[in-house]
Amino acid sequence: MIEVKEISKSFNDNEVLKSINVTMEEGKCNLIIGKSGAGKTVLLKCMVGLFEPTSGEILYDGRDFVKMTEKERKLIRLEMGMLFQGNALFDSMTVEENVRFPLDMFTSMSKKEKAERVNEVLERVNLKGAHKKFPSEISGGMMKRVGIARAIVQKPRYLFCDEPNSGLDPITSIVIDELIDELTKDLNIVTVINTHDMNSVMGIGDKVIYIHEGQVHWEGSGKEVMTTKDEQLNSFVFASKFWKQVKEDQQ
Amino acid sequence: MNFFYHLGRYFMTLGSLFSKPEKAGMYWKELFRQMSLIGVGSLGIISIMSLFIGAVTAVQFAYQLQGNFIPMWWIGLIVRDSLILELAPTLSALLLAGKVGSNISSELGTMRISEQIDAMKIMGVNTASYLIGPKVLASVVVMPLLIVFSVFFGIYGGLFAGVASGAYTSAEYIRGLQDPLRDADTIILFIKSVSFAFIITTISCYQGFYTTGGVVGVGKASTRAVVFSSIVVIIANFFIASLLL
Repeated sequence: MIEVKEISKSFNDNEVLKSINVTMEEGKCNLIIGKSGAGKTVLLKCMVGLFEPTSGEILYDGRDFVKMTEKERKLIRLEMGMLFQGNALFDSMTVEENVRFPLDMFTSMSKKEKAERVNEVLERVNLKGAHKKFPSEISGGMMKRVGIARAIVQKPRYLFCDEPNSGLDPITSIVIDELIDELTKDLNIVTVINTHDMNSVMGIGDKVIYIHEGQVHWEGSGKEVMTTKDEQLNSFVFASKFWKQVKEDQQ
Repeated sequence: MNFFYHLGRYFMTLGSLFSKPEKAGMYWKELFRQMSLIGVGSLGIISIMSLFIGAVTAVQFAYQLQGNFIPMWWIGLIVRDSLILELAPTLSALLLAGKVGSNISSELGTMRISEQIDAMKIMGVNTASYLIGPKVLASVVVMPLLIVFSVFFGIYGGLFAGVASGAYTSAEYIRGLQDPLRDADTIILFIKSVSFAFIITTISCYQGFYTTGGVVGVGKASTRAVVFSSIVVIIANFFIASLLL
């Protein structure tokens, strides 16, 4: 479980996050949504340690990440996996080397064990036959899969995904969403997804956290989003004609 | 204030290189990759530059000495000492600042803006140590070797140019080369080579590692890497020469 308690973050005089309190549980896809500039990415970056919060606590199964030394953080980081918006695959490495990198760096597994594990995760994300290709030689959807494979290769307890569907076509987006959801349930991990995609909210949103002006404005499930009376959330979620129509049809 | 901020961060980054590696084998692998990139990748350009620098030095001194009572075998001595003391280390360093420095800076800058460095950090990698350490060590080992090659190629350039133009004979030139070499000259060559390698790599890594501002930022960081490392090399060259000669 991840507990975010009273997290605030300011850049100079600009307070981006204002006393955020959120709990994220195992086996669930926790979606953070909100307008551009609302503070979603800052929250995610605080959670993984790329930004230092101004105040507050981030508890990973009771362990306060904010107060930890860098040495202690390294241990928690071994339990984290992250899928970046731009994938962040290492250009100089092949798909196989990218996925194997955390194993090479942090485990004492034999070559054979590492190869087996890499094959296992690449099969898990439905990516076969791309082992020797470089990131520049594969499609956007394949890159996302490689990113997911690399994020889960060390069997993380916490998976973070920053805009996993950005730049993907609608069909590939659904495939990636389903893959993340399956992994979350199968591995019983805490998954935190930062997204703008309403298909994701409705499809895999076990818990949806709506951030508005640096504060948690609304929490609930993806299904509850459809029935909420919250005007602020409605104006965001049902901004598109398509979702507006879906809601009206349901009502 | 901005200068002191960068200077402080530069030294703090250097300090973080001395942390214990997560996996020594991975650092070794990266070290050899960098040695190959910096060393083998720069040998061609260094050899071409050095051949012509040696050649032009020899031809110009031959022109100066014509009609004087100074024997022509001095040219071999002058070319050798000029290359060892000044031309090979300084010009090679400036050339490598352009080639290796911009390459390092743009590689790290691209990794920064495409979040590859963040990805490594989240995995638990000491990013400064893993990405900068092997580059610095590789260049400190390989650049002095390149500069020694530069001296050899420069000497051959001088030989070919003089003999081809008929300014002196190969026997005269080799006679000059055989004049006793002071130990201090080779020590200065070594000190300059190692210092310049360190300056070029650390400044370029620093510029690349802290790149901001997207693709435009990568270009700017690369330019800054070349400009700053060239300037610092020239300043360091003066101080090393003043202190040791």
